[in-house]
Amino acid sequence: MGARDLIQSFSLGELRQGLAVTLRYMFAPKITIQYPEEKTPMSNRFRGLHALRRYPNGEERCIACKLCEAVCPALAITIESAERDDGSRRTTRYDIDLTKCIFCGFCEEACPVDAIVETHIFEYHGETRGDLYYTKQMLLANGDRYEAEIAQARAQDAKFR
Amino acid sequence: MEASVLHFFEWLWGPYWVTLWAWFKPVWPLIWVIVKIVVILVPLLLGVAYLTFWERKIIGWMQVRIGPNRVGPWGLLQPIADGMKLFFKEVLLPAKADPGLFFLAPALAMAPAVAIWAVVPFFEGGALANLDAGVLYLMAITSVGVYGVIIAGWASNSKYPFLGSMRSAAQMVSYEIAMGMALVCILMVSNSLNLSDIVRAQNRGMFADWGLGFLSWNWLPLLPMFVVYLVSGVAETNRAPFDVVEGESEIVAGHMVEYSGMAFAMFFLAEYANMILVSAMVSIFFLGGWLSPVGFLPDGILWLFAKMSVILFLFLWLRATFPRYRYDQIMRLGWKVFVPLCLLWIPVVGVWMMSPFNIWK
Repeated sequence: MGARDLIQSFSLGELRQGLAVTLRYMFAPKITIQYPEEKTPMSNRFRGLHALRRYPNGEERCIACKLCEAVCPALAITIESAERDDGSRRTTRYDIDLTKCIFCGFCEEACPVDAIVETHIFEYHGETRGDLYYTKQMLLANGDRYEAEIAQARAQDAKFR
Repeated sequence: MEASVLHFFEWLWGPYWVTLWAWFKPVWPLIWVIVKIVVILVPLLLGVAYLTFWERKIIGWMQVRIGPNRVGPWGLLQPIADGMKLFFKEVLLPAKADPGLFFLAPALAMAPAVAIWAVVPFFEGGALANLDAGVLYLMAITSVGVYGVIIAGWASNSKYPFLGSMRSAAQMVSYEIAMGMALVCILMVSNSLNLSDIVRAQNRGMFADWGLGFLSWNWLPLLPMFVVYLVSGVAETNRAPFDVVEGESEIVAGHMVEYSGMAFAMFFLAEYANMILVSAMVSIFFLGGWLSPVGFLPDGILWLFAKMSVILFLFLWLRATFPRYRYDQIMRLGWKVFVPLCLLWIPVVGVWMMSPFNIWK
């Protein structure tokens, strides 16, 4: 241990270095995002609240193939189907239990007709457990309400797929 | 001060004053002491509250965050909100805890942290009790503080609190020795156990005559003791990086695990009151108390507060910077570094005082 090391050690050199780092960062610009007023940018592929989409003529897209139900790793989707009067197969029940859902996006990937999608909505809540059990009507209502944003996000993402 | 207060009341009540004074005269000294206690304690408790806020802000800034800013303007009401929350929370008593000791412990932690302020001189003649054995009182009362922690750990009847209190007992006892020995050097050079005299003794010497008082304060000639006292002070208050007593990643919160609500708040207050106390002690023993650093500015209480603020900032800065010491390293630092260093420095100071180069005449 040379004289230089001794001086470094007895003058608490390493401690002073550490203190200098924290002191420098104390005056550095802060990186905090103040959430309700400021928000971080969001990807087109963000996976938030689910929605069931319709075609422009008002016909619901879902054909009750149940691929989403099969692929769902959390078993959050429940589908029952029946033949409609015009002979096409449609769902009579399409429920997603959001308390089970892990927002993996597999349902969206599996869907052959882009019927079930995940929107960028993440600011929602339920006050009882039942509030987060979304039925077909609620999902279709979500789709109707956010169709413009859903379509835009899909269009922007299309060229990367 | 006392005379002018009495004079004000005499003016306020005019002709009735003579009768009133006849009734009040026997109890007036008691009232006056209580007034002084309130004048010391209320700012102290407010200081504790805002020290917690300031700590969160400083550590936030050092971690490139903003810190609390939601409650009130700039978050300034945060400590009030915290206090209200703790006040309304239930105080739980574990089934197998000893109820008497369990509730005695927080009071025993808080009482010494408050009682020591009796001897702290805030300005010339501005101590509640100007004891000639002030340093002894200080050492005695700080030693009592460890009982609160030990009793808390024992009375909780639980593993982690017990481990925490074992650690704190060993740690506080070890560092008290180093602190006491550092104080011995102070006593030697200032030739007094009276805290006010210790401050006054720092206002003499070559540099003080030149108007550069801050160079004749004890921190410079006794620099090793200054460092030892400061670090021991951090260890004595169980603050980071010596916070193994409550290291949350090791033993959750040490002696405070089983406490909630106001009982927990008492420990919390005691810790921060002790921080303020240690900063006051460092300021008085080594940084010249209320003395002004340069000759052309007047002495006063504001200098003491400024010095305390610097030391308190250092406490928070250390916490934001250093990882926790390992337990055996804390013991090694206390017993194998600080105690021998003090034992070496006491004869050095003694020889220095006997030599022709004595600067403390």
